[in-house]
Amino acid sequence: MNLHNVSWVRQEMVLPSARPAGQGGPREWMRKNLFDGWLSTLLTVASVTAIAWLIVAIAPWLGNSIWKANSLAECRQLLDGAPGACWGVIRDRWPQLLFGFYPADLYWRPVLAFALLLAALAPVLFRALPSRTLWFSAVYPGLAGWLIWGGSLWFPVAVYLGFAVAAGLFASTARASQGLGLSVAGLGAALWWVYAAQPFSSAANAVIPIVLEAVPSREIGGFLLSIIIGVTGIATSLPLGILLALGRRSGLPLIYMLSVVFIEFIRGVPLITLLFTASLLLNYFLPPGTNFDLILRVVIMVTLFASAYMAEVIRGGLAGLPCGQYEAAEALGLDYWKAQRLIILPQALKISIPGIVNTFIGLFKDTTLVMFIGLLDPIALAAAIRANTEWQGIYWELFIFIGAVFFIFCFGMSRYSMYLERRLKTDHR
Amino acid sequence: MAMKSAAPREPFHLSMLFNDTRYRARSIQVIAFIMLVLAAAWLVDNTVHNLAALGKNFSFGFLWSTAGYDISPHAIEYSSTSSHARAAVVGLLNTLIVAAMACVTATVLGVLAGVLRLSNNWIVARLMTVYVESFRNVPALLWIVVVAAIMSQAMPTPSAFRGDNPTASMILWDSVAVTNRGIYLPVPDFSRSLGQLNSAFGALDLNYAAVLCVLAISVLARRSLVERAQRVQSASGERPATWWKSLLVFALPMITLLYALGFHLEYPALKGLNFSGGLLLRNSFIALWIGLSVYSGAFIAENVRSGILAISRGQTEAAHALGLSPRRTMRLVILPQALRIIVPPLISQYLDITKNTSLGLAVGYMDLRSTLGGITINQTGRELEAMLLMMLIYVSISLIISGIMNVYNSRVRLQER
Repeated sequence: MNLHNVSWVRQEMVLPSARPAGQGGPREWMRKNLFDGWLSTLLTVASVTAIAWLIVAIAPWLGNSIWKANSLAECRQLLDGAPGACWGVIRDRWPQLLFGFYPADLYWRPVLAFALLLAALAPVLFRALPSRTLWFSAVYPGLAGWLIWGGSLWFPVAVYLGFAVAAGLFASTARASQGLGLSVAGLGAALWWVYAAQPFSSAANAVIPIVLEAVPSREIGGFLLSIIIGVTGIATSLPLGILLALGRRSGLPLIYMLSVVFIEFIRGVPLITLLFTASLLLNYFLPPGTNFDLILRVVIMVTLFASAYMAEVIRGGLAGLPCGQYEAAEALGLDYWKAQRLIILPQALKISIPGIVNTFIGLFKDTTLVMFIGLLDPIALAAAIRANTEWQGIYWELFIFIGAVFFIFCFGMSRYSMYLERRLKTDHR
Repeated sequence: MAMKSAAPREPFHLSMLFNDTRYRARSIQVIAFIMLVLAAAWLVDNTVHNLAALGKNFSFGFLWSTAGYDISPHAIEYSSTSSHARAAVVGLLNTLIVAAMACVTATVLGVLAGVLRLSNNWIVARLMTVYVESFRNVPALLWIVVVAAIMSQAMPTPSAFRGDNPTASMILWDSVAVTNRGIYLPVPDFSRSLGQLNSAFGALDLNYAAVLCVLAISVLARRSLVERAQRVQSASGERPATWWKSLLVFALPMITLLYALGFHLEYPALKGLNFSGGLLLRNSFIALWIGLSVYSGAFIAENVRSGILAISRGQTEAAHALGLSPRRTMRLVILPQALRIIVPPLISQYLDITKNTSLGLAVGYMDLRSTLGGITINQTGRELEAMLLMMLIYVSISLIISGIMNVYNSRVRLQER
């Protein structure tokens, strides 16, 4: 049978017929997504009413926004009784909200530190950059500390030299035994930091003085403070959390017990009590006469707090790995640290990314609690701004500004975690 | 045939302590233990020296001296002549009260938002996404402060309710007054009261005790009613109607008791410059309660959503194929599985709420931290003892809650064979 025998063959495609009336189109969409049954209709009506009510309540207030005013009284005079937002307070006080009472002529230093932060973070966050730039990320903490607090450049250099001392000692002794090498290196670095760092930096400063004007910690505030505490806490709590999680899964009873007690204690108390410990009790636990910077104390406490939560998140990731991975690593003859580094942790950390980033976000939000021990976080600064006669009685504009900045940071972090999950996704599900 | 022989025994070297896996674990632990003991000794030694230098000793005797400050609200009897220990208990109760209430409202809010975020309704799902994202990504402290500001700045003063043309009016049929000093609610009252039973630990209101007793008896009676219905059903195949009997068992004794006690509501009323009567919920309490509820509700919504999403569609379809009705599908198949996923993070949210009540400091709520960890420290100068005690209390609460969670987890765990 071929085509010539057949009496009629269609030569062209049949055009798709138009959809039946009443299907598709905006009406169909609305019926399906807004008015699907009485409950859905009720919810739609309630939502639309709520949104409309909100718009009616807020629109005139936002519509009458006033940016050019130097006090609330001036604002109210301009508004003449009408409701309106007075954003003049943000225009007037934004440096304070960002930097606290940092000297105004030195604002370039934290700004430069922040710009360098982005440069230092880039190779860590995105893989496109060559790994050689990681050197800058390693040097960054000392550089940023020097830029923000000022003082002699030789002090951070002396601190970094401690690491060099440790590396040198390790290289020379590790051939005999790795454990011995590690202990000698740790001891050497500790001795350097306690006894030699200070004399070295003052001696070097006497020869080549490189000094920035020092800024005391109590003048640092606002989002600058939040970012300092948040970034340091994030960077240090992750490695600490990994160690604690490994400790909690360790077969050594003492290490296991120490990790459990530490994690459960820290997770059991509110952060505020730890911060109060840092400000009130630390003087009891340290040798008489020691007094170190309040921001440093807070950073240590926030880091310890976050690392306990981090440990639990990572422990979940470790528990989520199938046993076969551990056994395969052992079968390959890898020792404990190599197995962890090459096989277990890369997978466990990947599973726990959402939890890790949630902990980061929580840590960044928790930086606001430092207002309770007298540091000037953005919320405390809002109260400080209200205490001035010009801006007495201003609430919503400040809260909206602070909330919006926090939202941008935290939302950005959660979006980044989604990107990271996609990038690291290697399974074929 | 090869002879079985033991591994060759090497003579013991000192370096084997670090290089030989047989000894390494032990030597690491010994070193860690020595360092731990040294660190503890160093801390204790420093503390002893510092205390001696300040002329203080380590004792909890201050707990029994007069506190000398007022706490409001106080759930148990308390006055400024009570002891610091009692102040701490009042603070602890305030912490637990606001934590429990915030847990309830946050759960309601979270379940609603989590379920609605999955709904087919486009606008509601979007609205709930906005709620979750905006409340999760802003510090809890800011929400608490914002609610406090709304209450104190945007609400009318009590004097606005006065006069012939008041600018504000009470809501819900003149029973609730929302003012900038707090919210006045009607309270239940008994005109033929049974009185109180005074004891060393506090007063027991006999009216409420009677109500609770009757409620407990009703619950027991209803249980036996249902059990009987079950027996009849398994014997005859027909289940006798129980709903109106249950209703009767609950309603009849309670109404009789309340009538006998002369139950009525006492409404707040304007007297002079302020409201009197009724129950005053202070701004500090409302700010902490609402702030924590809306903040934690967003987290709970995410837990609920992920729990529901984790149950595969096949489960629903399988249940339908077995002929289960949609309601029974939900009750017997979906919920038990979803709850297994939802409850553990839910309980850790409750833990977080309990710890976050310490943020009440920002709005002046007198919780454990503000009494024992705040004013008591300022008055007695016993920061070391008071902070240790307070941390111990918080850790105990948290261990109790996580203990409950562990029991639940082991009960609902999948039995794998």
